[in-house]
Amino acid sequence: MAGAQIEITKDLTIPKLFLKQCRKYGKNKVAMREKEFGIWRPYTWQDYYDNVKYLCLGMVSLGLKRGDKVAMIGDNRPEGLWAEMAALCAGGIAVWLFQDCMIDEVKYIVDHSDAKFFVGETQEEVDKALAIKDECPHLQWVIWDDPKGMRNYHQDFLMSIPEVQKRGRELEKQKPDLFEKMIEEGHGDDICLLFYTSGTTALPKGALLSHWNMLTMGRNLMSVDACYDTDDFVSYLPFAWIGEQMMSISCGLQVGYTLNFPEEPETAQENIREIGPHVMFAPPRLYEGMTRRVQVKYIDSTWIKRKFYEFATKVGYNVANLKFEKKPIPWYWKFLNWIAYITVQKKLKDHLGMSRLRHAYTGGAAMGPDHFRFFHALGVNLKQIYGQTEIAGISIVHRDGDVKFDTVGTPIPQTEVRITEEGEIISKSPSVFQGYYKNEEATRKTLVDGWLYSGDRGFIDEDGHLVVFDRSKDVMTLSDGRPFSPQYLETRLKFSPYIQEAWVIGDKRPYVTAVMCIDYQVVGKWADDHKINYTSYMELSQDPRVYDLVQKQIEEANKDLPDVAKIRKFVNLYKAFDADDDELTRTSKLRRAFVAERYKDIVGALYSDVDVVHMDTTITYEDGREQRIKTDLRVQKVNV
Amino acid sequence: MAQLPDVKEGETLLKLEDIHMYFGKVAALNGVSLEVKKGEIHSIIGPNGAGKTVMMNCINGLYRPQKGNIYYKGQKINHLKPYQRAQLGISRTFQKIELFGGMSVLDNIRLGRHIHLKSGIISGSIYVGKTRQEELKSRKFIEEEIIDLLEIESIRDKTVHMLPYGLQKRVELGRALALNPELLLLDEPLAGLNLEEVEDMARFILDINEEERWKVTCILVEHDMGVVMDISHRVFVLNFGNPIMDGPPEKVQKNPDVINAYLGTEDLYATRR
Repeated sequence: MAGAQIEITKDLTIPKLFLKQCRKYGKNKVAMREKEFGIWRPYTWQDYYDNVKYLCLGMVSLGLKRGDKVAMIGDNRPEGLWAEMAALCAGGIAVWLFQDCMIDEVKYIVDHSDAKFFVGETQEEVDKALAIKDECPHLQWVIWDDPKGMRNYHQDFLMSIPEVQKRGRELEKQKPDLFEKMIEEGHGDDICLLFYTSGTTALPKGALLSHWNMLTMGRNLMSVDACYDTDDFVSYLPFAWIGEQMMSISCGLQVGYTLNFPEEPETAQENIREIGPHVMFAPPRLYEGMTRRVQVKYIDSTWIKRKFYEFATKVGYNVANLKFEKKPIPWYWKFLNWIAYITVQKKLKDHLGMSRLRHAYTGGAAMGPDHFRFFHALGVNLKQIYGQTEIAGISIVHRDGDVKFDTVGTPIPQTEVRITEEGEIISKSPSVFQGYYKNEEATRKTLVDGWLYSGDRGFIDEDGHLVVFDRSKDVMTLSDGRPFSPQYLETRLKFSPYIQEAWVIGDKRPYVTAVMCIDYQVVGKWADDHKINYTSYMELSQDPRVYDLVQKQIEEANKDLPDVAKIRKFVNLYKAFDADDDELTRTSKLRRAFVAERYKDIVGALYSDVDVVHMDTTITYEDGREQRIKTDLRVQKVNV
Repeated sequence: MAQLPDVKEGETLLKLEDIHMYFGKVAALNGVSLEVKKGEIHSIIGPNGAGKTVMMNCINGLYRPQKGNIYYKGQKINHLKPYQRAQLGISRTFQKIELFGGMSVLDNIRLGRHIHLKSGIISGSIYVGKTRQEELKSRKFIEEEIIDLLEIESIRDKTVHMLPYGLQKRVELGRALALNPELLLLDEPLAGLNLEEVEDMARFILDINEEERWKVTCILVEHDMGVVMDISHRVFVLNFGNPIMDGPPEKVQKNPDVINAYLGTEDLYATRR
């Protein structure tokens, strides 16, 4: 059954829908699977219901009340989703944290959200909670899931999920109808999620989303691209990312498709292949990673395989271009494409876990047209999604058969999108959020007369598609006065498998420059093949031959750009940009203002006559340790 | 092999009595006595060539000492071959990795289970009844106890020689654990690992020693003094075949003979951190 058939009223909440689906499917259908101890283990809707119910009642017996916040952190596992659903059933508000959050971020969010409960997966998360407990006065209970390493923890505010559920069973004996009654009390306008947006400039802001916001967004997306309850979805991206909430909760619950959780984050790719999902939503960097893998495998393989691949890509690109131009595909191209499918594409798609894929979405950041065409040439129906956390994740999507690789598509139903006189994208829909938590000023700036001001600059093209230019504050002015999007150039650079990250500079400067981060694995492999010795990222990145390699990639990206927009000079950074160093947001967007400040010496060198820039900084490891780094970086010129 | 009696925690599990081991005229061990209590992590430290690995080899039966006795659970085991000692629950890892490089991680670990597999070639080939149960039990043990503990889910099916050194060390520990040992001999498990891998490995050793389902007594030969002093219950110091002292880490660190022979006068923890 397609999800769009569920009627969403103002009275409906996520827990009410959950209850309805559990009653409908019961023991007869698998709600989720988790790979554990090497085997996919199913949980039926009845199991889902029982686990959520007792966890919810247990938390209620520990003092969870309506409107209380429950902070959660951990990898994607059924238990994580149970905890979220349990919080919502009791009328609580779910707050998700990224699993790799550093202690300061955890403290800021737990404290700012006034979270009363903290649900962590393993010892590592519990340690984070213990470290901040004294500084977060509202925090009362810390609940954990994985017993590994927990044998020496005896604090009285610590409790395992099974223990909480045991309390829930006891409470149920006293008040058998409490759970259903609590769900009944909910209303669509109640807040269900407090989501911290990864600010590229300032501290994270907490966006408040109601049940109505989440449910209408799910319905509107599903009415564009219907999913079925026989579908499979792999949940492996952080729950703290709105896109994952969209797919696992909003759409997942309405449609009733099966959620699959990988064994470990490291096995996700393999597990995706085993499941072969029907629908996929991931930020560009995941697709970029896949592209890179294919490109590297291609370089590595035998002559005959390379020839077949070249043939298949050539045919694939041609057919994809015809589709993009909405031209009919002649029978001989269809035939050649069929051969390309049989010989190459079919296997490649299987390796990427895409053999059953109906819809693949990307969103959350800009994706380069080259990557886009790459997937369409493979026969993957990849589409852009545009939206923000503040609009419950999505407002714009490509339609089947109407995909343009330089746009993000057209609005989903019930959604209006306009461009202000200044060129800012604004939107209005039932899914627009309720405001920022404890931040009136930001709310006033973002939400005007029901219109959501995105802070992105863009325009609507002749076909009614939205084109997102860049974040307004990121748009550069070139030396001839033309506006230019650094993001556009960066995504082009990243199409090279050797480049992991790029930072393009040039706002109001005489020429354009770039700071490049090489991909350690791919360039490392390249260095092995070329008998270049290296011991670390730093050493590899500074090798003159690697500089020449990167230069070649830049020259490739420089092609068919206007002369003023071409990159003239670059530096290879001694490390990759990292969210732990605040250089990227947790969703991997570059924090330009921050890196511009941090690497101002490099920028200075790029715009002067020096050949070498001396660096002296500290880098932070995930466990909080810091290391001082002193090195010299070379500035290299690009032939234009 | 007769079933040996159970030893309670805190009682002597292994006892070496006046062990002498000569290679030609070189005395590798010169009258070494050691008592390992059940539930302990008992470390052996000493400079290179002190005889630490020789001691390990004597315990698991690779070497036969010329003089002296070895008792396990009160029984003399001098005459037993390595595989017989393995059947008693003595397992080990090696300083230099001794895995089957061309086999998968899972197969290497499975090999460690072979002493627990009783079924023969015929029942094995038709896979019914007891054989099936035995296989399933064995699989459950490997997956739930070892792979989960050592966090090697993502390399299950990888060929061992393709793996980085740190992971190979982990696989070796996994194979030693597959035996379900009561006494585990760890010969330099941290050598050649980076800081993060050292932290992981130290955590695994603690888990194996403390976790209710394992409770394995460990003899640890290691040069990383930071880890040795942090996780050991007792430390035995050896110098060119001669025992110097045996005691809790705090005392060992203060003993002037030990400092002279091995640790040096500098800060004890300077070796790595």
